[in-house]
Amino acid sequence: MSVQPSVMPEPSVMPLEQAIWAALEDVHDPEIPAISVVDLGVVRRVDVAPGRVRVELLPTFVGCPAVDLMRSAVEERLEGFAPDVEAVISFAEPWTSERITPEGHRRLRESGFGPPAPAGDKERLLPVLPVAPCPYCGSLDTTIENAFGPTLCRAIYHCAACRQPFEQFKTV
Amino acid sequence: MTAIPERRSTRQLAQPDLPSFDIGDLDPPTREALSSLVLTMADDEFVLGFWDSEWTGIAPMLEEDVAFSSLAQDEIGHARLLYEMIAQLHGGKADDLAFGRTADEYRHCRLLDHPRRDWAFSVARRWLYDTADAVRLTALRRSTFAPLAQIVEKIRREETYHLMHMDVWMRRLAAGGEPRERLEEALTSLWPDALSVFATVPEETRLIDEGILAAPMSELAGRQHERLLTTLASLGLSVPGPRPSSDDGRDRAEASESFRWLWSEFTMVHRLEEGATW
Repeated sequence: MSVQPSVMPEPSVMPLEQAIWAALEDVHDPEIPAISVVDLGVVRRVDVAPGRVRVELLPTFVGCPAVDLMRSAVEERLEGFAPDVEAVISFAEPWTSERITPEGHRRLRESGFGPPAPAGDKERLLPVLPVAPCPYCGSLDTTIENAFGPTLCRAIYHCAACRQPFEQFKTV
Repeated sequence: MTAIPERRSTRQLAQPDLPSFDIGDLDPPTREALSSLVLTMADDEFVLGFWDSEWTGIAPMLEEDVAFSSLAQDEIGHARLLYEMIAQLHGGKADDLAFGRTADEYRHCRLLDHPRRDWAFSVARRWLYDTADAVRLTALRRSTFAPLAQIVEKIRREETYHLMHMDVWMRRLAAGGEPRERLEEALTSLWPDALSVFATVPEETRLIDEGILAAPMSELAGRQHERLLTTLASLGLSVPGPRPSSDDGRDRAEASESFRWLWSEFTMVHRLEEGATW
């Protein structure tokens, strides 16, 4: 009986950096476990040097209490990839909701979150609150209940079409 | 519960969830001046955050309970980051700056000396502060000190939500009846301190020469004053008084009675248990 070749490349042949990005898909946002730190756009860069891996993370909000959980979860997941693994926080560029990947948008919708609306003109910073489509029925007949929700990054909306309240990941 | 394993990577940072700032080659006097500027911003955000948190559980409606708690969390988050920047610029620890000073040593602006009072007062004060802070942040966006410019870029995105929220509340309260009366009363008593965010900071000229700050505080105060007059007019509110002074510094002989009370609240844990971390 012949053995099917494995689809996954051997760890030794997969470039280390690529393997690290793949491993980071396993690290999830503790506040919204459906989405990984990669799809959330929190991972700014991965640097690989001999014996050393360094990951830069961008907090979604400055006062986000989940940042250190994400940081230590990243270090824990990457343990063994190099003798020295370090995840650090950076503000070298602002995390914006534009960083959430299409896959991230899909996962947010699947778990009942309205994904952030496109930010539009970057200089103007939200002249009005964007329309949030309902993650359940897709209706645009929604109203904001509160720009401030259960966590810093979430707003609360109500859908008039399916009469469901839902949370939206804020556009920042 | 399993013990959290020791990690060697970021152990050198006192607070590993905060960044390590690239201080570059700033000379010591510029570093000092920059620390003083950042301290005024940090103290403003910190003190306002604690005033906001006073509404947790007792705001006039559930939505505002959540909103003001969220605003508080944002401001205290900003303060924490700014205190860490000072600690790295100047030496020392962020926690000692936040909790280890006497009430007289805080450098928050006079606008934040007042207690929270009623809802209209809290809204009016927050509106005066947020709009002034927006002017200050704009003057720091292109700062030559990159770590500050970067933080400002991030903070102002969050502050946009605060501005929108206060704008909505100013409109609601100004619409008429008792809310409008209370709002007018609040604005009248806060007006003399309306531009106090722009009190001159030590070595301001050096900060401007170095390109750290875009314009003198007095100029920013003028900009803000004009904006306030425009907004008041659009809300149909009368201007509460002559142009307020921004000359009163942030150094006080003595902290206000209400700030002293707030200080005793937010430093309580630190005083009871030295070395406790947040």
